[in-house]
Amino acid sequence: MAEITAPGAVSPSAVPRPGWARFADSDLWWSFRRSPVTVVAASVACVIIGAALLAPLIAPHDPYDLASVSLLDATDPPAWLPGGNWSYLLGTDNQGRDVLSTIFYGTRVSLLVGCSAVLLSMLLGVTLGLIAGWRGGIADTMIMRVADVQLSFPAILIALLIDGVAHSLLPREVQTRITLYVLIAAIALSYWVHFARTVRGSAMVERSKEYIQAARVIGVHPARIVIGHLLPNVIGPVLVIATINLATAILTEATLSFLGVGLPPTEPSLGTLIRVGNDYLLSGDWWISVFPGTVLALLILSVNLLGDWLRDAFNPKLR
Amino acid sequence: MLAFIIQRLFQSVLVMLTVALIAFALFNYVGDPINNMVGQDTTQADRERLRQDLGLNAPFVVQFARFVGHAVQGNFGLSYQQARPVGQIILEKMPATLELSFMAAFLALLLGVPMGIYTGLHRSSWGSQALLAISLVGVSLPTFLIGILLILIFAVLLGWLPSFGRGAVVHIGWWTTGFLTAEGWRAIILPAITLALFQMTLIMRLVRAEMIEVLRTDYIKFARARGLSNRAVNFGHALKNTLVPVITITGLQLGSIIAFAVITETVFQWPGMGLMFIQAVSFADIPVMAAYLVLVGFFFVIINLVVDLLYYAVDPRLRVEREIAAGG
Amino acid sequence: MAAQPFYSRGMSNTEALLKVENLRVEVPTRRGTLVAVDDVSFDIAPGEVLGVVGESGAGKSLTGAAIIGLLEPPLKIAGGSITLAGRRIDNLPYEAMRRIRGKEIGAIFQDPLTSLNPLYTIGRQLVETIRTHLDLGPAKARGRALSLLREVGIAGADERIDHYPHQFSGGMRQRVVIALALAANPRLIIADEPTTALDVSIQAQIIALLKRLGRDHGTAIMLVTHDMGVIAETAHRVAVMYAGRIVEIGPVRRIVDRPSHPYTKGLMASIPRTAGPRGRLRQIDGTMPRLNAIPPGCPFSPRCTEALDRCRRERPDLMPANETQAACWQCAPVAEHANA
Repeated sequence: MAEITAPGAVSPSAVPRPGWARFADSDLWWSFRRSPVTVVAASVACVIIGAALLAPLIAPHDPYDLASVSLLDATDPPAWLPGGNWSYLLGTDNQGRDVLSTIFYGTRVSLLVGCSAVLLSMLLGVTLGLIAGWRGGIADTMIMRVADVQLSFPAILIALLIDGVAHSLLPREVQTRITLYVLIAAIALSYWVHFARTVRGSAMVERSKEYIQAARVIGVHPARIVIGHLLPNVIGPVLVIATINLATAILTEATLSFLGVGLPPTEPSLGTLIRVGNDYLLSGDWWISVFPGTVLALLILSVNLLGDWLRDAFNPKLR
Repeated sequence: MLAFIIQRLFQSVLVMLTVALIAFALFNYVGDPINNMVGQDTTQADRERLRQDLGLNAPFVVQFARFVGHAVQGNFGLSYQQARPVGQIILEKMPATLELSFMAAFLALLLGVPMGIYTGLHRSSWGSQALLAISLVGVSLPTFLIGILLILIFAVLLGWLPSFGRGAVVHIGWWTTGFLTAEGWRAIILPAITLALFQMTLIMRLVRAEMIEVLRTDYIKFARARGLSNRAVNFGHALKNTLVPVITITGLQLGSIIAFAVITETVFQWPGMGLMFIQAVSFADIPVMAAYLVLVGFFFVIINLVVDLLYYAVDPRLRVEREIAAGG
Repeated sequence: MAAQPFYSRGMSNTEALLKVENLRVEVPTRRGTLVAVDDVSFDIAPGEVLGVVGESGAGKSLTGAAIIGLLEPPLKIAGGSITLAGRRIDNLPYEAMRRIRGKEIGAIFQDPLTSLNPLYTIGRQLVETIRTHLDLGPAKARGRALSLLREVGIAGADERIDHYPHQFSGGMRQRVVIALALAANPRLIIADEPTTALDVSIQAQIIALLKRLGRDHGTAIMLVTHDMGVIAETAHRVAVMYAGRIVEIGPVRRIVDRPSHPYTKGLMASIPRTAGPRGRLRQIDGTMPRLNAIPPGCPFSPRCTEALDRCRRERPDLMPANETQAACWQCAPVAEHANA
């Protein structure tokens, strides 16, 4: 049968609308409201992100102010357990830092690295994808070859490699200062490929369409065509990839930090906190790892759910 | 058929050479072999002579050729950290990683494929929804977190399974296996599950998505229109078509398991290549890093080749085209 | 077959193989329930070829899908009945309907490229279908498969039975599809755009094949298409569908030569003629309404050049008109005249 699916389009528009208009469309909002899981996920994500952004204001202690930290308070259990102290709600770590506060600051760092990495890889990937899709030819082949080779290796390995190489190349003093940037760059370079591929595909499809050819014939500058026409058509899928990539980036950063090649304990992310706490797991001081771990898991999970919802919402086949 | 194999072999060699090139660049230009071999007060002249003796002033191509030649024989020089031949270290660590990886792959396939088929066939059932929810958690939890959780529950709280190491191992030639001792089996369970979980959920979602796509095709509709039984349609037609593309991705997943082993080995202090690599990165032990890179590249290339050949064997469309092209 | 009496609602046709009465197919969406097939009724006699013609989205494919029980949820039959040889089939449980599919009712779809499983030889697919419905051993089933292949015109059937679908050309593949549909000798075949995806030269061959097979086996065919030329060539009677309803139904020659419904008139007029004086190509202004925007009254009224006031208010049912049946108020005087 040619089409044994629901006939007659439900959404009235036949002209392709730019991404922002689709966003404001009631379809998206409707599907958001309709899915309780997504609403919960979005709320959780907002709470965590909000807490992280406001960390300096709402954290009960400043765990990196060495004056306020006392070794006497080291490895205190959470407040509701015997030996606990209500001013350290979730207990303290091996240096006497308040776990709750370290979580606030750690989440901040995790989010910073994650978002920056995604933005960077989006910039890189979209640009390369547009070039490959628009110009075709040698540029396309080269870029896609590199992408293919890189895709056959797991991203984490690539990130590890870049990290390791950077560590070896740079003199020791510089290392600790720019660890953050190296990390962001390493993660960004591992994940640009998905963006590039999708954008390239869309670009190639749009490039052959008549309205683009018409614009070229009239003499509109290619940059204007690319930015004005190609880009809006690609925003939807790019956003979906970006959201899912954010979860992956946070995960990757946490993994790298846990392995010891990410952020140091002096400026820890959630991954580093878990690493620090790991040593105390066997002796029973579980809270140093478990609480940061829970927050990390919730963060990644809620971002993943949002990404899933976005993907379904933008998928025309499921309408 | 032969032409296809030769072509793929050629491609594989190319990829290997590229990987070797990157490893070589690492080896020679990031680390300085000389600086790590001599003390602080060796004169510049002496260093130059050493450089000459070791042939480090030869042209790039010559050095690269030598590197490749050595690599093929398994000679990667000496580890900066341990001052032992890298080849020896790798030989020691490889069995641990390979056993762990295969165990994990086996688990991931054993559970992932059937779950994927089930959730693909019964899309809206409660079981499916539950499985999908759990799978989302599996994809979201970092591998190391899962490992820590499992250690917490099964080693610390319950005390059933060991929290690190391989347990007692048996030496067979140069291989060491943990499969021949009860302790070895107990030690491999937690790490294998940790490693497998991520892959399992990925495979499950993949098989499910593929199954749903296949069930939407015209030939499935036509099969139903011909009155074929549900079993014939779902398992005879849909399943076979689903598994063909799944083979490729699964094969590639095997490669990524070997890579993710890095994390699992760190969490469980499993004495494999992954742990070796992490230690090398921390220490900037370039020869070990380069060797690991080449080895992993080699595994990937082999896996890709086998998957391609499998694909060729399973999908008749690829086979016959070649015959027709050859005038058959 | 020119002596076939034309259909008149209310006339009990005990010989009808397939009886569709007031069929209604709906799909619930979040903006309300859409009606895709609205109060469709027709009969098909044994051995008859009924053409169902109309634009894309008029509901012809869905009618066929409903008959063979392959409506994809959330589409569902919301009213009416479908009767095959006196037995109701629209409310059967899945397993009972499955036994009817292939054995009593066969189906052919549009794209032969995607209708066959690329991983199995056509022999295996044929034998599987044969053995599902007929109690034959593997050797006998293969023999039957071979004779089916020869019957649909596949040369070198003995070899080609072990070939894979991609080794056949488009026209050959459609022949294989027809062989598969005929495997268990069904009494009715629903052919949904069987030639649309084929080259024009192959189309004629496939149509001729369908005609011949229908005659030889006494199989009735419900031929769904938007190509009026194919209908004129092949069908005994034609049903014209528009916006989910049948607007005219009758013998093919009447529909082609003297259509009564304005839409049918527009369709016939828009076919380019090679003989006679050439003028501008005629078209019907406007487009068929979407399912969520069907106008009250007659759905064709906004585009109709002969529309009356009544057409915009009241929806016409099929009524006798000039040896066919048309859903048009313009034919009302004729009906009243006929009833007088």
